[in-house]
Amino acid sequence: MYKYTEFDKAFLLQRNSQFRAQVQRRINGQLTEEEFKPLRLMNGLYLQLHAYMLRVAIPYGTLNSAQMRQLAYIAQTWDKGYGHFTTRQNIQYNWPKLSDVPDILDTLAEVNLHAIQTSGNTIRNVTADHFAGAAADEICDPRPYAELIRQWSTDHPEFQFLGRKFKIAINGAIQDRAVIRAHDIGLQIIQKEHKLGFKVIVGGGLGRTPMIGKTIRKFLPESDLLPYIEAILSVFNQSGRRDNKYKARIKITVHEKGIEDIRTLVEDRFHRIRPTYKGLDQNILESIKMQFPPPQFVKADSTHFEQTYETDPIFRSWVDINTSEHKADNYVIVSISLKGHGQTPGDATTKQMQVMAQVAEDYGHNELRISHEQNVILPHVHKSNLPQIYKALRNHGLATANIGLISDIIACPGMDYCALATARSIPIAQDIAGRFKALKIEHEIGPLKLKISGCINACGHHHVGHIGILGLERAGKEYYQITIGGDATSTAAIGERVGPGFSAEEIVDAVERLIYAYLDMRKEPEETFLRTYQRVGLAPFKTALYPKTALAA
Amino acid sequence: MSAHFAPRIVTANHLLQGGVIYLADNDMWVDDIREAEILTDEADAQLRLLFAEQQPDTVVGAYLAKVTVTEHGPEPQHFRDQLRRTGPSHYAHPSDKRFENV
Ligand code: HEM
Ligand code: SF4
Repeated sequence: MYKYTEFDKAFLLQRNSQFRAQVQRRINGQLTEEEFKPLRLMNGLYLQLHAYMLRVAIPYGTLNSAQMRQLAYIAQTWDKGYGHFTTRQNIQYNWPKLSDVPDILDTLAEVNLHAIQTSGNTIRNVTADHFAGAAADEICDPRPYAELIRQWSTDHPEFQFLGRKFKIAINGAIQDRAVIRAHDIGLQIIQKEHKLGFKVIVGGGLGRTPMIGKTIRKFLPESDLLPYIEAILSVFNQSGRRDNKYKARIKITVHEKGIEDIRTLVEDRFHRIRPTYKGLDQNILESIKMQFPPPQFVKADSTHFEQTYETDPIFRSWVDINTSEHKADNYVIVSISLKGHGQTPGDATTKQMQVMAQVAEDYGHNELRISHEQNVILPHVHKSNLPQIYKALRNHGLATANIGLISDIIACPGMDYCALATARSIPIAQDIAGRFKALKIEHEIGPLKLKISGCINACGHHHVGHIGILGLERAGKEYYQITIGGDATSTAAIGERVGPGFSAEEIVDAVERLIYAYLDMRKEPEETFLRTYQRVGLAPFKTALYPKTALAA
Repeated sequence: MSAHFAPRIVTANHLLQGGVIYLADNDMWVDDIREAEILTDEADAQLRLLFAEQQPDTVVGAYLAKVTVTEHGPEPQHFRDQLRRTGPSHYAHPSDKRFENV
């Protein structure tokens, strides 16, 4: 894992003491809220419905046991005993007091964590495949590049006040697990004639104008990464719209000007910038790469695992559903579900965080990851340890075998916390998960991505859910719109709206109707919901969702 | 004019704690909505809001919330204000019993 230098540490401490002084001046009345707000946002501190919210970055989703324990300690000491892991590989604390925040930030700094660039119009926390460094289908670990971008963009004078926030995601495997096509810049590592490089995608984004990113460069050599990103950013800074907050995203620029025009501008700019990069960035990259060594893989006897797998069907089901293929022999990647039926998607209690830290320390080479799907990953687990891991997790409500199934729901905080929300998302997620558990058809349905957002900002990625739910308000009541056919992978697509929305009371039944329609229509159990939709289109699902209208027509 | 004015209360977040608070008729800030001052006159409501806004070292984000007056005191009309009163719907705050043995 990346080791923070003395410079990084000094920088963090200096930022924190600056913020401590700002909080003090706010409390003394020397700073007005208008003056203080941008300062607190720069440090990840929001004001939500019931309290402040502190957003802590977990760069490229990677953390070690000591860091996870510190997150647990903060939840225990200054919050209400839990934290919320988000689609942006952050953790959010929902109840800090303003006067405690400087202490929280210092506590984070002890383990090299921080809340910088988690908000504001900056280059945000660079996200990456949560299986990075472990996945069997990996071409190259994306994290050193994410770290390079982080170091380069942190406090970069030119990019602190962009027209709007800017999100970069990077994926190093065949499968896209980082939703790179829904980011301002998406980077896909590829190999061409034994040379590493990137396919560069720009202009993706969700929010009120969802768009799938377009390829601007098919192959960018590894060493051109920073100058190319800088070129994109400066073109965006020049031609991006600042007249309208909603239009000030690169996706709008790409959409309005067309990808060809943007490509010409970017390439031109790139050729001018390129000579100013004299190779220092490449030296830094090489030294960063050294900080991400693979773990010391072990050899061990897996007989006990094989036996348990044969004899214990519940364990077997958990292994089948919650583990993924690893690049090392006899290793697997374990996904710990934070989606127990009826739980809040993405929430973990202090105790649960401590248990996950311990399990990682005992059986997982001390490594953990946060996935954008709001689960926690143990990236390196030898099969022989699976029975013990399962037992430890099960005792703390962490062994739900539902990864990738309908109850593995992404849900944003919605109106239970968020000041921008138009409706709640959490109770809807809880009810849907509970319903399909009761129906006992979750496993029969198979892979299905259901994603819920509590407003048009789309923090819950609903546009790219196989089933997406968007919570809105009409006449003082919550109502929910359904989209289907969204896809977050390399075949990314924005879901299609099926029809009028449903009330909170109707929405779970509506989803159930959709699912039964799918089960009726699929050709074979292997045909997923998404494939069926792609084959039959919207109409039969529409009929299932609105049976009365269909009869009347 | 004031006959058509739906009753309001002044609500805000506490600057230091962040929590939801309401303005009472004795100028104090309270966390129980039942103790909030009910404002039935528009001009009066604006004055009370101004009074709240002049306390930037105590409160943030003051605004007027529509209420219905009931025998149990003011009931927020909007579900957002209802949620601000009760806290998140998935956890029974503030007791947090559910976390003790997880
Ligand atoms: C609770 C406080 C939050 C606030 C105030 C907030 C605010 C926003 C806003 C205003 C946008 C729209 C940006 C735009 O279109 O330019 C947005 C987008 C987004 N947020 Fe949040 N958010 C919050 C929580 C979260 C959480 C919990 C997550 C992860 C679960 C998240 C992940 C995202 C993502 C993925 C986007 C989509 C970005 C895009 O493509 O435009 N946010 N957020
Ligand atoms: S989608 Fe809307 S409600 Fe949900 S977290 Fe984002 S801003 Fe809040």
